[in-house]
Amino acid sequence: MDGVNIAHLAVDRHAAGPSADQDAVRFVDRAGGVTALTYGELARETNRFANLLRTLGVRDGESVFTLTARLPVLHTAVLGTLKAGAVSCPLSPMFGPEPVRERLVRGDAVVLVTTAPLLRRTVARVLDAVPSLRHVLVAGDWEGRGVGGPRVTEISGALAAEPDTFTIGPTSAEDPALLHFTSGTTGPPKAAVHVHGAAAAHQASAELVFGLGPGDVFWCTAEPGWVTGTSYGIIAPLACRATSVVDMCEFDASRWYAVLEQQRVNVWYTSPTAIRMLMRAGDDLAHQFDLSSLRCIASVGEPLAPECVHWGERALGRPVRDTWWQTETGAIMIGNPPSSRLKPGSMGRPLPGITAAVLRCGDDGRAQVRDASASPAAPGEEGELALRPGWPSMFRAYLHDEAAYRACFVGGWYLTGDIARQDGDGYFWFVGRADDMIKSAGHFVGPFEVERVLTAHPAVAEAAAVGAPDPVAGEVVTAFVTLRDGYSPSDELRRELIAWGRTRLGAAVAPRRITFDDRLPHTTSGKIVRRSLRERQASR
Amino acid sequence: MTRDEAAGLVAGALGDVAPEADVRGIDPDGLLQDEIGLDSIDFLTVVNVVGEQAGLHIPERDFPALVTFAGFVSYLVEGTGDDRRA
Repeated sequence: MDGVNIAHLAVDRHAAGPSADQDAVRFVDRAGGVTALTYGELARETNRFANLLRTLGVRDGESVFTLTARLPVLHTAVLGTLKAGAVSCPLSPMFGPEPVRERLVRGDAVVLVTTAPLLRRTVARVLDAVPSLRHVLVAGDWEGRGVGGPRVTEISGALAAEPDTFTIGPTSAEDPALLHFTSGTTGPPKAAVHVHGAAAAHQASAELVFGLGPGDVFWCTAEPGWVTGTSYGIIAPLACRATSVVDMCEFDASRWYAVLEQQRVNVWYTSPTAIRMLMRAGDDLAHQFDLSSLRCIASVGEPLAPECVHWGERALGRPVRDTWWQTETGAIMIGNPPSSRLKPGSMGRPLPGITAAVLRCGDDGRAQVRDASASPAAPGEEGELALRPGWPSMFRAYLHDEAAYRACFVGGWYLTGDIARQDGDGYFWFVGRADDMIKSAGHFVGPFEVERVLTAHPAVAEAAAVGAPDPVAGEVVTAFVTLRDGYSPSDELRRELIAWGRTRLGAAVAPRRITFDDRLPHTTSGKIVRRSLRERQASR
Repeated sequence: MTRDEAAGLVAGALGDVAPEADVRGIDPDGLLQDEIGLDSIDFLTVVNVVGEQAGLHIPERDFPALVTFAGFVSYLVEGTGDDRRA
């Protein structure tokens, strides 16, 4: 093939060589049973999927969405989409109908791959609102055929009818490959566009930060639908020709340790929320398992407290190494590679090829730019974390929102929206967000998306969503709600609003707590001051 | 604790965390995660609330027994039984 294609780098080049029979992915079920796909098998499965997209008339650059748990069909669909030259957009199965609808519409979805339960629970409720969607491919036990209408096709039969050979067309390093949605503080979610050339950063960062190499066993616990679930849950381990372990179930401390032991995992990439849950389960549980194969444990999603780093050392035999990056950066930018001295509590230092700086902030709390240039903060001084543009996995656009994209780049820097400081040794330390984004269990939740759904309820005049501190999730989404005249606060109404939110937004985005408040703080221009609300609840 | 009391406790906590769910209509042997759409933070909240109300410390290693409604109820009945309390 010509040019660059992520699926070639991740699958076909290994399948064409002596590694064809090496396990590419091992899917572990609840009982510990394993379904493995070798690189050769994965190449053939993804070929069938690419052929299916051709049969369905999907053209280069069109968007193919997935809404599934971590199942084999996810890998098949994402990598097969990339082979076909279409753009892959994985969504989280924890999203309710409203976030799914919004993303399908904003991302111009033409095909959606999902599972039978999610079709019934979520997709069927939004199909009519997504006119661009031509096909829904459903995996699993599709009871009650007819659900979803004529656009729905059962996927396994459709794949079986396709040939297992496929020649990847000419894609270049700059061709769009992936869409990842990022939540907005004051507006709807934006679709960050990533290109095929990003795979260079996926692979290099995994080699540098994890020491990942051919034949290693790698496990990334991230969910699909968040950027980590794609960059490191699917692409990076395959690009490095490792064997990728995929746990098909949700968190469970004993079972997770069993997976680490039985699969002889060498490199484990997880989140602070998961580490905190394991810490709650106690050191004794960890010590019942043989974790000697673990060489590197890393974490992403939110700052990793020093006690988590030390707990890893004590209970798992390895420190937990923090990494920092964002949906927009596509791959790890700052980290604590095994070769570097670990400073617990620090994000670490920029990877080779990455230039990061802390920029002095103005009165609005964002990097201050004068005459098109920004000034770096002094060591130890807080400011906005910024990166020099140009790394391979940098997002290339927010789909249909050029103005928002341009606004991210100021004075020759990409502004991250994170507030940090840098110490005299060059290590970066996370301080907080420059905006009102909520970080729950390592995932950003945009206040706007939550507030818009709440204010659609007839009882709600105004709503403000903020993060409330939580010992396990870091933050949980809390909503302050002002009721319309004629409604009064009650436990019944609180439950009704929680149900309203969950039904529409899903568990990952919906508020877990509702506080009635008839005096929300506003600026003189009428905007809600979420910062005051965070302080108000901290003092409760 | 009787089976009915335990079922009431679990159903109550599920109803608080996920009030949209038809708790009575779920398959008692189905995974709560699938039946109700609970994520891991929801699940932890349910376990904490039930544990508190039952006066029972529920360690993480016992969580696998709680992933279905029926399993959760049996766990509470056994965990609060007279033989244990004595």
